[in-house]
Amino acid sequence: MARVLVGVKRVIDYAVKIRVKPDKTGVVTDGVKHSMNPFDEIAVEEAVRMKEKKIASEIIAVSCGPAQSQEVLRTALAMGVDKGIHVEISGPEYETLQPIHVSKILAKLAEQEKADMVIVGKQAIDDDCNQTAQMIAGCLDWPQATFASKIEKGDKEITVTREVDGGLEVIKCKLPAVISADLRLNEPRYATLPNIMKAKKKPIQKLTPKDLGVDTTPRIKIVSVEDPPTRQAGQIVPDVDTLISKLKEKGHI
Amino acid sequence: MFSRHVALRFTGQFQRFQSTLLIAEHNNETLLPITQNAITAAKKLGGDVTVLVCGTKCGPAAEQLSKAEGLSKILVAESDVFKGFVAENVSALVLETQNKFKFTHIVAGASSFGKSVLPRVAAKLDVSPVSDVIGIKSPDTFVRSIYAGNAIQTLQATDTVKVLSVRGTSFEQAKLEAGSATIEKITSDSCNTQLTTFISQELSKSDRPELTSAKVVVSGGRGLKSGDNFKLLYDLADKLNAAVGASRAAVDAGYVPNDLQVGQTGKIVAPELYIAVGISGAIQHLAGMKDSKTIVAINKDPEAPIFQVADYGLVADLFKAVPEMTSKL
Repeated sequence: MARVLVGVKRVIDYAVKIRVKPDKTGVVTDGVKHSMNPFDEIAVEEAVRMKEKKIASEIIAVSCGPAQSQEVLRTALAMGVDKGIHVEISGPEYETLQPIHVSKILAKLAEQEKADMVIVGKQAIDDDCNQTAQMIAGCLDWPQATFASKIEKGDKEITVTREVDGGLEVIKCKLPAVISADLRLNEPRYATLPNIMKAKKKPIQKLTPKDLGVDTTPRIKIVSVEDPPTRQAGQIVPDVDTLISKLKEKGHI
Repeated sequence: MFSRHVALRFTGQFQRFQSTLLIAEHNNETLLPITQNAITAAKKLGGDVTVLVCGTKCGPAAEQLSKAEGLSKILVAESDVFKGFVAENVSALVLETQNKFKFTHIVAGASSFGKSVLPRVAAKLDVSPVSDVIGIKSPDTFVRSIYAGNAIQTLQATDTVKVLSVRGTSFEQAKLEAGSATIEKITSDSCNTQLTTFISQELSKSDRPELTSAKVVVSGGRGLKSGDNFKLLYDLADKLNAAVGASRAAVDAGYVPNDLQVGQTGKIVAPELYIAVGISGAIQHLAGMKDSKTIVAINKDPEAPIFQVADYGLVADLFKAVPEMTSKL
């Protein structure tokens, strides 16, 4: 049976309308509702389903970030993960933390924990990078199955259906492998109250990047973060005829 | 005045040492249009541009690329190893090429292919990649959107090699007419990692223009109520020679396949005209289409957020308005 490592990120909740800081250094995060990155919920759900199907033996969730990252680890534990690892990174170091750092941390942990599969979301909805899975796979020299919408585990390999630009494709990856979860992989469950209570008793190990020998020196300088250009207010047209004539005026039809 | 001249000359000299490797995307039959957008971005970096073409059949793409202006050379690696363009093998080739020529920049379009390959290459080079670049300010300063397009980040990459995926809709398509780049064959013996095997693919077939490069896009959302009703949009799209897109709600409800999804996690489009039908306009959807030149919204809910970004809004029942529009065009 496989050991599965899942990566979970604490991000500003997807329904929140974000605000750019007046000094243009970033977006306002204080006092803003955060939750687990939606793609990571899908990754956790898939791991838990593997355990329910007796494909996975143990699931370990990892989150890199400030103290509050433990909240998302608790959520993962309440969904059925066995143990959590919190790699604490806060302050200015967290501001410039990038997928390259996170993937090195996860790669180290995958080795330490003797994982057969690492599953992460395909992208975080804050930085929209879409890099971590690919970089973990690169660090470990493991195969990668990105944008997965279906995973079937064989003995020494997995067969994965991927969502690609023109449709779907199927690939076969040798184990151990790294997978990134796409939207349609599954429908994540809600943590029930008894499971939330049980999750409080599950262990969360605390580590620092230093413990793992990972250097988190910034690779980028953030020059500025600004609001996107706003669109000019449009107009409501009374009927289809007016709409067609407006589009003709503009030369679109 | 004098110092400005010196600075300019210095930048000019600096840029002569830039060299970019561009990874072409094709399907063994034809070059994919996003590569033409990526050429424009690569040229903006200021140095020589070399294009790498790999696949089981590279002839057609290499020939098309040789007509692109301003490329210094085209490297072609043709082998069965690249069947299905598996990321592990393509990355190995990119690395091998990089180790030989020491480029300062490695660029590809931010498609599912580019997004799969580039971060793996970057990890191997121990550099931090920059995804989905929408602007190039200098050889090390790039602009990208974060938080589903709700903030624009400008960053300076401090790594020695810059690995960039570029958003197609943010750069013009380079023309394939007057160029005469030389084609050079390279070997790819060591690129068979045997980690992943391509099994099959199932591509949605369509006679309509490709979604990300279409001039007009007609998109439907949950308001369409069923997959059958999407026919209303196909009819309208036929009249406008438009591509058809969809919101996540329409995809999740099973009305259309997911490669039609426009949004933060689907396709990013920026057509001349975007017609959103029965789409409320969640921020995740807006992230994929709000750079369209003209946006039209047809929705019966006057409070729908889509009307805040629409140039022309029609508050009406789509089941009446869309057929009426189709018949009047």
